[in-house]
Amino acid sequence: MSEPLPVLKTYKLFVGGAFPRSESGRVYEVTDAKGQWLANAPLASRKDARDAVVAARKAFPRWSGATAYNRGQVLYRVAEMVQGRREQFRAEVAAGDGLSKSKAAAVVDAAIDRLVWYAGWSDKVAQVAGGANPVAGPYFNLSTPEPTGVVAVLAPGGSSLLGLVSVLAPVLTTGNVAVVVASERAPLPALSLAEALATSDVPGGVVNVLSGTTAELARPLAAHQDVNAIDLTGAEGELATELEVLAAENLKRVRRPDPAEDFASAPGTDRLLGFLETKTVWHPTGV
Amino acid sequence: MTFDYAPAPESRAIVDIPASHGLFVDGRFRPAADEAVFKTVSPASEEVLSEVANAGAEDVDAAVRSARKAYESWSALPGSERAKYLFRIARLVQERARELAVLESLDNGKPIRESRDADLPLVAAHFFYYAGWADKLEHAGFGPAPRPLGVAGGVIPWNFPLLMLAWKVAPALATGNTMVLKPAETTPLTALAFARICQQAGLPPGVLNILTGDGATGAALVAHPGIDKVAFTGSTEVGKAIARTVAGTHKRLTLELGGKAAHIVFEDAALDQAVEGIVQGIFFNQGHVCCAGSRLLVQESVADEVLAALKARMSTLRVGDPLDKNTDVGAINSAEQLARIRELTEAGEAEGAERWAPECELPSTGYWFRPTLFTGVTQAHRIAREEIFGPVLSVLTFRTPQEAVEKANNTPYGLSAGIWTEKGSRSLWMANRLRAGVIWSNTFNKFDATSPFGGYQESGYGREGGRHGLGVYLDV
Repeated sequence: MSEPLPVLKTYKLFVGGAFPRSESGRVYEVTDAKGQWLANAPLASRKDARDAVVAARKAFPRWSGATAYNRGQVLYRVAEMVQGRREQFRAEVAAGDGLSKSKAAAVVDAAIDRLVWYAGWSDKVAQVAGGANPVAGPYFNLSTPEPTGVVAVLAPGGSSLLGLVSVLAPVLTTGNVAVVVASERAPLPALSLAEALATSDVPGGVVNVLSGTTAELARPLAAHQDVNAIDLTGAEGELATELEVLAAENLKRVRRPDPAEDFASAPGTDRLLGFLETKTVWHPTGV
Repeated sequence: MTFDYAPAPESRAIVDIPASHGLFVDGRFRPAADEAVFKTVSPASEEVLSEVANAGAEDVDAAVRSARKAYESWSALPGSERAKYLFRIARLVQERARELAVLESLDNGKPIRESRDADLPLVAAHFFYYAGWADKLEHAGFGPAPRPLGVAGGVIPWNFPLLMLAWKVAPALATGNTMVLKPAETTPLTALAFARICQQAGLPPGVLNILTGDGATGAALVAHPGIDKVAFTGSTEVGKAIARTVAGTHKRLTLELGGKAAHIVFEDAALDQAVEGIVQGIFFNQGHVCCAGSRLLVQESVADEVLAALKARMSTLRVGDPLDKNTDVGAINSAEQLARIRELTEAGEAEGAERWAPECELPSTGYWFRPTLFTGVTQAHRIAREEIFGPVLSVLTFRTPQEAVEKANNTPYGLSAGIWTEKGSRSLWMANRLRAGVIWSNTFNKFDATSPFGGYQESGYGREGGRHGLGVYLDV
């Protein structure tokens, strides 16, 4: 008897904890490195981007107000879910990034490890980035880091899972919420990661994943007045400059792309600290 | 019986203001390439204090080249040696503190009590604090081998001229960068006096260059391709323009911009102390303070009581001669700023808010504005949304802590906020929810070299002061 016909997955966006199609009704063909058709991915629109920002803003109070311990647990749970879907991610990464089976396996394992690494940071970053300030007067004075808010994340084009996890996890562990624009060429690992996120107790809206044309989605996000920061990692050359100019309108915090960034090597703390605000509280001491 | 204050003027004989000033480039004073000059006046008397060189693009280029050349040796110096230069500067500032305070009050219009007791001690403290970091950078938490960025360009405002200089220069030099600094057009004199202090300290030529000039000078500096880092304090509008200018370049940017701070008073607050805090929060430095508590949010149940006490206290404020040691509120810094304050307060009345100011005599020359408050203000009024940068307080009320948080956060700014309550848990609950970089609880307008300062949202990014203030000058 022959193999039963596989049930193919319809890849969808991830917005506000739900899996909608693009409101535009558009899709685009995703191919592997050799040009072989893999799937159709939603070609998200400006409207989808705006909806994602609304969902993210709504999710911000709960996620930023959760205990750091809780956020760490949830992120660790994401690692568990990716581990459970290891085979699927290996296949998607191999096809999307044009890697051999063994290299794709190593990349998926590294992505899981990265999630675990950042999960552990959630309740440590405040002690590293904040602290007491010895002011010259009778005052209690304490600086603590707080999440910046809604962060638009342009995921790197060339590293569809490890790169994505490397830019997303530090944003989440510090209490920010994200609107992610997946790798334009290889969006399938990102859309599948959304399924892992949805089953990991990540509250709806904390991560929103859009697939489509980076330039089309990045412009409205960079110009959006309710986005607090933008990570331009997935934008290149003149597009990055254009987006940085748009971001100046409400003084978004901007992380510029670094073409030399190697996602395979151990990360430092700069991505953790990049989307944090320092709040300093004073109070008099006395009886 | 009424007691009158006798005049108690601080002598201006301690400061000798040269009739003209050059640009400080490569360790020497020199005229602008095109010999352009402008005059700086005392805002309290409109008397011309001095003539100052107006730097053009050619001068900016020369200063950046000088800073680039100096960078090679300055960044290679052992941190302990850089530290000693900065310690020397701190000591010289202390030694000449009175002279600098008088000069600051003359050029800026701020009361001598403030320049003497707030600005100058903080200036010295900043240099001492960052001097001590210069040889400890590898222990500062920015990785084992932090590197300076290169040549930094600093553009500073007129409200705390020498203090803003210190906030930029001390951390920039301590971390091994060199700097080109542009003081504000209306307050160049203490920066030029500081240049002489650098000469006395033996600071190598080019490590710090000071270019006086107007907005065009600042724009040329920020856009210069030889700059690696821009540090700006000033208006949000200019901050946005700078962010657009540096887009797509390698230049790092810190911005310390405007604010519209909420000053929140709960019914259980120690009201007399709160009223002192409100007055300090908005009338300190004529309200020319980016973190000024310009939106008073008072709990409805005590609004009448607070307002009555506030008006009584405002009636005792002494407005006048900045050099008089009894003066509480000095001169508005410029005719232009006075016009802006007038425009916004007129809009406040036109939009239906009720204006009140104590009776007080104002000097016949100079730029002056009475301490003013508005009641019946709604969140939609311009005086509740826009930064006035003057001695003008908008009063709003609230009923619940949640409402106070929502009103306080209803602004594109996020620099500072104040909370007055005797209940510790409520104070911390509020502090957690207010989206602002500095929260003063049962106090206001406190500053310290060790304490990071800077805003959320459109109040800018990056922090000045403390360990955090080092990171923005380091390549890590």
